[in-house]
Amino acid sequence: MNSNTICAISTPPGSGGIAVIRVSGENALSISDKVFKFKNLEERLADKAGYTVHFGNILDKKNQIVDEVLATVFRSPHSFTGEDVVEIACHGSVYIQEQILQLLIENGCSLARPGEFSMRAFSNGKMDLSQAEAVADLIASTTEASHRMAMNQMRGGFSGELRKLRGKMLNFVSLVELELDFSEEEVEFADREQLSALATEIHTKITTLVNSFKTGNVLKAGIPVALVGETNVGKSTLLNVLLNEDRAIVSDIHGTTRDTIEDMVNIEDITFRFIDTAGIRKTSDEIEKIGIERTYQKIEQSDIVLWIVDCTQVTEHIEWLTEKISKKAEGKKTILVFNKIDKLADDEREVIDELFNRFEAERIYISAKKRINTDKLKKALLTASQLKRIGADDVIVNNVRHYEALRLAQADIERVLDGINTGISGDFLSQDIRSCLHHLGEITGQITNDEVLGEIFSKFCIGK
Amino acid sequence: MDFNYDIIVIGAGHAGCEAATTAANLGSKTLLITMDMNKIAQMSCNPAIGGIAKGQIVREIDALGGQMGIVTDRTAIQFRMLNRSKGPAMWSPRSQSDRMQFIHEWTKIVSNTDNLYIWQDTVTKFIFKNGAVVGIKTALGVEMHAKAVILTAGTFLTGLMHVGTTQIAGGRVSEPASYGITEQLKEMGFTTDRMKTGTPMRIDERSIDFSKLTEQPGDIDFHKFSYLKEVKRELPQRSCWITFTNEKTHEILNQGLEFSPLYNGQIQSIGPRYCPSIETKIVTFADKTSHQLFLEPEGVHSTEWYINGFSSSLPLQTQIEAVHTVPGLENVQLFRPGYAIEYDFFDPTQLTHTLETKRIKNLFFAGQVNGTTGYEEAAGQGMIAGINAHINIHGGKEFVLHRNEAYIGVLIDDLVTKGVDEPYRMFTSRAEYRILLRQDNADERLTEKGYNLGLVDKNRFEQYKNKREEMNSLMDFLKNKSIKPNDINAFLASKNSSELSHGCKLADLVLRPQLDIYSLAKAVPSLKNKIENISEIREEIVEAVEIILKYAGYIDREKMIAEKLHRLENIQIKDKLDYENILSLSTEARQKLKKINPETIGQASRIPGISPSDVNILLVMMGR
Repeated sequence: MNSNTICAISTPPGSGGIAVIRVSGENALSISDKVFKFKNLEERLADKAGYTVHFGNILDKKNQIVDEVLATVFRSPHSFTGEDVVEIACHGSVYIQEQILQLLIENGCSLARPGEFSMRAFSNGKMDLSQAEAVADLIASTTEASHRMAMNQMRGGFSGELRKLRGKMLNFVSLVELELDFSEEEVEFADREQLSALATEIHTKITTLVNSFKTGNVLKAGIPVALVGETNVGKSTLLNVLLNEDRAIVSDIHGTTRDTIEDMVNIEDITFRFIDTAGIRKTSDEIEKIGIERTYQKIEQSDIVLWIVDCTQVTEHIEWLTEKISKKAEGKKTILVFNKIDKLADDEREVIDELFNRFEAERIYISAKKRINTDKLKKALLTASQLKRIGADDVIVNNVRHYEALRLAQADIERVLDGINTGISGDFLSQDIRSCLHHLGEITGQITNDEVLGEIFSKFCIGK
Repeated sequence: MDFNYDIIVIGAGHAGCEAATTAANLGSKTLLITMDMNKIAQMSCNPAIGGIAKGQIVREIDALGGQMGIVTDRTAIQFRMLNRSKGPAMWSPRSQSDRMQFIHEWTKIVSNTDNLYIWQDTVTKFIFKNGAVVGIKTALGVEMHAKAVILTAGTFLTGLMHVGTTQIAGGRVSEPASYGITEQLKEMGFTTDRMKTGTPMRIDERSIDFSKLTEQPGDIDFHKFSYLKEVKRELPQRSCWITFTNEKTHEILNQGLEFSPLYNGQIQSIGPRYCPSIETKIVTFADKTSHQLFLEPEGVHSTEWYINGFSSSLPLQTQIEAVHTVPGLENVQLFRPGYAIEYDFFDPTQLTHTLETKRIKNLFFAGQVNGTTGYEEAAGQGMIAGINAHINIHGGKEFVLHRNEAYIGVLIDDLVTKGVDEPYRMFTSRAEYRILLRQDNADERLTEKGYNLGLVDKNRFEQYKNKREEMNSLMDFLKNKSIKPNDINAFLASKNSSELSHGCKLADLVLRPQLDIYSLAKAVPSLKNKIENISEIREEIVEAVEIILKYAGYIDREKMIAEKLHRLENIQIKDKLDYENILSLSTEARQKLKKINPETIGQASRIPGISPSDVNILLVMMGR
């Protein structure tokens, strides 16, 4: 089914020291041989063994040397995709990369669609679904922390964690089933306290994984920060300052509403996703009806609210607005940012302080334009993110499918615990246990009836 | 006698007898061939029928119109409902039966079934024609013709018994083995292998010191196996007795291990993990210093006793010395030692759900030749094979029970989907929907199906319909009868059940764990009347209604889950996909799917080695 051969630049877009172009498919070697030439013209990549690296030139149609490169040969099935693969490491100029890609395509490759290498690896049985998803995340990961998370999942950290959970579950089920199918046997049955302790352990484990989803999601998508402010308070300037100073990977994500553009900013390995709210204007009616409503929505989507106030334009009306917004932002971290502090006389600042006395939000006085206190703002954002730095061994659920399955399993095991505590019979407990197994099975692999029986026979002396 | 039949059944054990009577009752001219007419439906191992999950199978057989439940009730010398402290899905009937009476009752049934003929002989060969079986040849040199053949040879195919280093060819103690069939089927391309099972020594009652044993009497109540009201437990009841092995016993057994066929390499085939020999127990669970033994009577008048838990193939002398260390058995006299037996079975994945072989048309396998153990498992398969052999010949839609309909359905689906790697025995944990597969509702699940087949007769069907009517009437009464606090609160208080502040329906009270229909009847005269007006099988009806009311929440939920998961059972994939060319499936999945050729995606998902992602790929391929 994957008869065509695909190619793509596998290193990040842009110029770097070197770049890698990957070719995968049935004709990976023969197509590469058309553009890659050994010094000794007799030699061909098609004759080389897997896991070997070769030095040579990429020649264009006029036999001009495009670049000196290294070509690494992988033989099916021992490659990332499971197919024959050639990886061409060339110099990192964008021009060279595109030239080589162009040559490969002219000689019969098609350009890989996003994720197609992983997809092939998955269909050829080189990775399970959770690994394939991790690779996709790895490609998309924008910060060191999420990179680490994706790497961990690829190495099987997640699978390892699930294997442990599965083991606990198997043990638990077999104890429940033992009492049902082998009640006539002379074996020691687990009492309710033991079962309850085991179920609690499983519940804790699942809960940890469920809760980790939020962290995982934040790492992947960035911490949502709502930028709230009237027009001309300096939001754009502030955003640009944050972007420019950090030279972070910035991308545009089109939000759910058309007029929203979100910007990703990387501050010390933490990604923040700034959600701009454009709607607030001074006309009080408009504020009531449209602006506020829209701002509320943005606030709901965010974890942190930056309420930006132009110090030179503070009025009673701002105070009233602030009060409403801070109410809506309850439970979120709100930071009051007074911009254009450079244009403010000292005595005026006291007036403002007085005006906002009632608000408990953290206050920062900055000048985005003059870059006064922008460092403080960044620190405040980092503190507000309250994100634990994840270590290399932390397992985090970062995939919606896993999250959903785990949440359902969590609800099941809670019902099991209830059942144990109210003393219902094991055959009724098992209804929820099976449901839990079913949901966990989506990610851990199913626990079969035969496996449960096997566990029982290996641990207990059955057979009267 | 022209030796021309519709159906020939080879072997008159529990599978063969059900298969033959089923086919004959449906109207097929049927021949039952047995080596020994005096051992029809012999209980080769322990003299007991039923037990957890197995008892449910017997109820299903009865509900479908089979014989095992009837024979068991008529020959029961002890009856117990196991697992009574658990939910109703776990309640499992079990009885000790008089072994000689069992044979006698079955012989009466077989001899009185129209269309059923018996021939005493050994089958040595099948006759095949155009990919179908058309007859058999026997040791006596008779050639017989039939449109379908059901093989239920039990442990007789190339059977080999072991007692210590002594090996004796045979299918059962003192009975010859059967040769030829396995070789011929192998030549036809069938996969076959060996299995092992064993049985304990039989001892003389007169030498047992019962004063050192603990008595285990049976239940005295209305429960039984058959749904038919006229079938009753009639024989005098006997108790079982319990004793224990000790360290001295284990020491002697240990010394004998070097002569144990299981441990000196003499037996290579696989035995059941859930039914280990005593020597396997002391090796595998070496830290246990004592094992429980049950002494089971073999009959009302028989002095023969069976030692459950003491199965062994150690040398005779070791068995004698070991048993003499057991309290109560110090001076016990043996009738015969325990032994192990190895026999041929055929990989059951070579069968379809009707138990017809995929390779040869009209050839059916049932029972122990499919790698199962147990009289009940065998009988259940026998019925399904008998029904479908008849349908093959006379037309009609194949008869398959599904996993949410019967343990028999679970059993056969497991066999043909997963195959076996040890003798297969039923457990409730094998059934996904066990709350639906209860012993109390086998009739509701199956009797109408049996009637539609023509297997359940008018009498049984009428009784079933009457029971349903009575149940519905009682149910309506409970659901509609209002109860006022004043009339019931004193009673509730006496039962430690919270008092009512305002009225409710009687059915709401049945739901309370402290209460049941009978106790409520004491406080509510109209309920008492209602119950007393039920003329027949009153207790059974009250119990069935109570189960439905009390456990409605669980039962409804189980039905919902079953329906949800049944989605996959409705996606037919048989012969629709070329698995070898679906490269995204794992190699193992491709091979397994090709071999099993599952009917549905549901069945595919149960094949070992098929992962959820394989199932997803199949769903994608089927455009789901």
